[in-house]
Amino acid sequence: MSDIAIRVEHLAKRYAIGAQVERYQTLRDTLSRFARSGFRRYGARGTGAHIWALDDVSFEIRKGQVVGIIGGNGAGKSTLLKILSRITTPTRGHARISGRVGSLLEVGTGFHPELTGRENIFLNGAILGMARREIARKFDAIVAFAEVDRFIDTAVKYYSSGMYVRLAFAVAAHLEPEILIVDEVLSVGDARFQQKCLGKLDDVAKAGRTVLFVTHNMAAVYRLATSTVWLNRGVVAAIGDPKTTIAKYLGGERRARYVAEHPSGRPQLLEAEVCDAAGRPASRVLNTDAVAVRLRYALPRRTPGTVVGIGVLSADGIPLFTSNTNDVSADVPDSAGEYEASVTIPPDVLLVGEYHVAVCIWDQAEIFDLQEPAISFAVEHGPSVLYANTDARKGFVHVPCTWNVGERMLTGRAG
Amino acid sequence: MRLDAAVAHPASPDLIVDIEPSSGLRPINLRELWTYRELLYFLAWRDVKVRYKQTVLGAAWAVLQPLLTMAVFAIFLGRLAHIASDGLPYPLFSFAGLVPWTYFATAVTSGAMSIVGSQQLISKVYFPRLIIPLAATVTPLVDFAIAMVMLVAMLLWYHVVPSAAIVWLPLLVVLAVATAFATSLWLSTLTVLYRDVRYIVAFLMQFWMFATPVAYPASLVPEQWRLLYGLNPMTGVVEGFRWALVGGPSPGPIVAASAVVVIAMLTAGLVFFRRAEGTFADVI
Repeated sequence: MSDIAIRVEHLAKRYAIGAQVERYQTLRDTLSRFARSGFRRYGARGTGAHIWALDDVSFEIRKGQVVGIIGGNGAGKSTLLKILSRITTPTRGHARISGRVGSLLEVGTGFHPELTGRENIFLNGAILGMARREIARKFDAIVAFAEVDRFIDTAVKYYSSGMYVRLAFAVAAHLEPEILIVDEVLSVGDARFQQKCLGKLDDVAKAGRTVLFVTHNMAAVYRLATSTVWLNRGVVAAIGDPKTTIAKYLGGERRARYVAEHPSGRPQLLEAEVCDAAGRPASRVLNTDAVAVRLRYALPRRTPGTVVGIGVLSADGIPLFTSNTNDVSADVPDSAGEYEASVTIPPDVLLVGEYHVAVCIWDQAEIFDLQEPAISFAVEHGPSVLYANTDARKGFVHVPCTWNVGERMLTGRAG
Repeated sequence: MRLDAAVAHPASPDLIVDIEPSSGLRPINLRELWTYRELLYFLAWRDVKVRYKQTVLGAAWAVLQPLLTMAVFAIFLGRLAHIASDGLPYPLFSFAGLVPWTYFATAVTSGAMSIVGSQQLISKVYFPRLIIPLAATVTPLVDFAIAMVMLVAMLLWYHVVPSAAIVWLPLLVVLAVATAFATSLWLSTLTVLYRDVRYIVAFLMQFWMFATPVAYPASLVPEQWRLLYGLNPMTGVVEGFRWALVGGPSPGPIVAASAVVVIAMLTAGLVFFRRAEGTFADVI
């Protein structure tokens, strides 16, 4: 038996463009096309344009490796996971998987609101591929993990959303496959839940199983992954150890301005750019100047509780700090329309170096749009006292601390 | 933890899955289907459970539906139109036909919508897709069993004692399930590809019922059309069902013709379904 868990060879997947809008057809269309074109294969959708969501992707994953898949929106990450989970078939190419696969593209798939927590545990477990005996054996552990024991015989439609997600995740967390495939489940739920997800992934990885996961969270890739695949527009742009690959990914994505490609129909970030002290778009700023991030975003309909935020990341993707409109109780308009927001980082905060900015728009329940990283910029030496005697300082930010230095007091404290 | 998993799935270390573009004639992986039998059970169990939780009358519907139809048939067709009933009391005659028919109609109607209705599952989890129409066609057997109890009560009421032909009953039930499953394979796939198929299903079932000897005996059909009539597999099921329980003329050749048609429908349906299932998640 070889030690290769997943071997992917020349995998490609084609989708018809506009697939989101008209994925199925009506009989009338087909009949009229059939009547016009005679005996061409019925139902063939060859008329429209198409895109290759994956285009000739090849790689190998050894048993026990934990692989993070990174890449921008539309890079083909989800398509890859769907093919490896056998949810859809590739258009071309081949993949071989050795071992029992558990895939987690969503938590709570197949949960039925009318059924009780207990019933849903069994149903969901069976859907995820667990045997009934296995579920029965793990039942108590699942209930304890989800912290819902008092409500286990209540229909889940009466659960709070937090309880619901906890129960759903608890079932998934007790799946013990040899190969675990996880989509961006980390982006749902609150911070505590996300930590719990990460912790569980950590356990699975430490137990020596093979893990393949997609995330936007570079810190999670650092923490968990032993190897990283960067997908860019359907092709493998880089593959290797996390540090190098993430640096390539962030470097390759470097751009001073972000512009959304298609309207999503949801609250969406349209543009983001970095501006210098004079308010001009810039990709280089001085550390002695304030830096502004200017955002333009759209709300297609009234959306109360909208929050807009940014995160500043180091060159290798570690989040340094975040800031959002809630921090300052900013009055964010909630009616439909296009808006501009600007956030200013004070002078003498960021040290000299390369930085990335993630931008995000969300409400309490979900993330509408997250671009990570959206834009990048460099901070250069200004006429600063911080760099008066040195060219390099350790760290990323300068925090104006207070110092008191003087001659040692001989009286007073000793009393 | 690893040991645990290995114990639960002793065969797993050798499990190798090849992922390839979908092509027409892939054999059905029966072994895999077998390992997912519990999912079939859970899906059927869910549907029964949810329905009984959501409806006030619950199990009573299983009896009421064929019973009310029988009443309508008995009044309009039996009393007013004097439709022949092979010498049996008309209510018993029609109810014996309605029990298998109601099963079939329910199974096909839910089977046709089963794939589209499981959109969420199909786009997020892998399992053999055949499980879905299979669960939809197996679930109404619960209602069928309840209606059978009612049929037995009617046999007692009319003092009808089934002949030795009753031993064929299980086979006829299998034939009914096979017909419903084969039809569901076609309709569920077509519903994914063409959303208007769902509107055709209701009409199709109405038409199909008139083409099946539910409300009238097959003996009413002129001799020269019998063979064509037998091509409708439900003719064999309903006639055979009635013969096995309450007597009447033996439908031998019709049942044989029905069985042949069902096998052909099932084979073609499986090929059609297997061709399409690889991209269900993309088009659903």
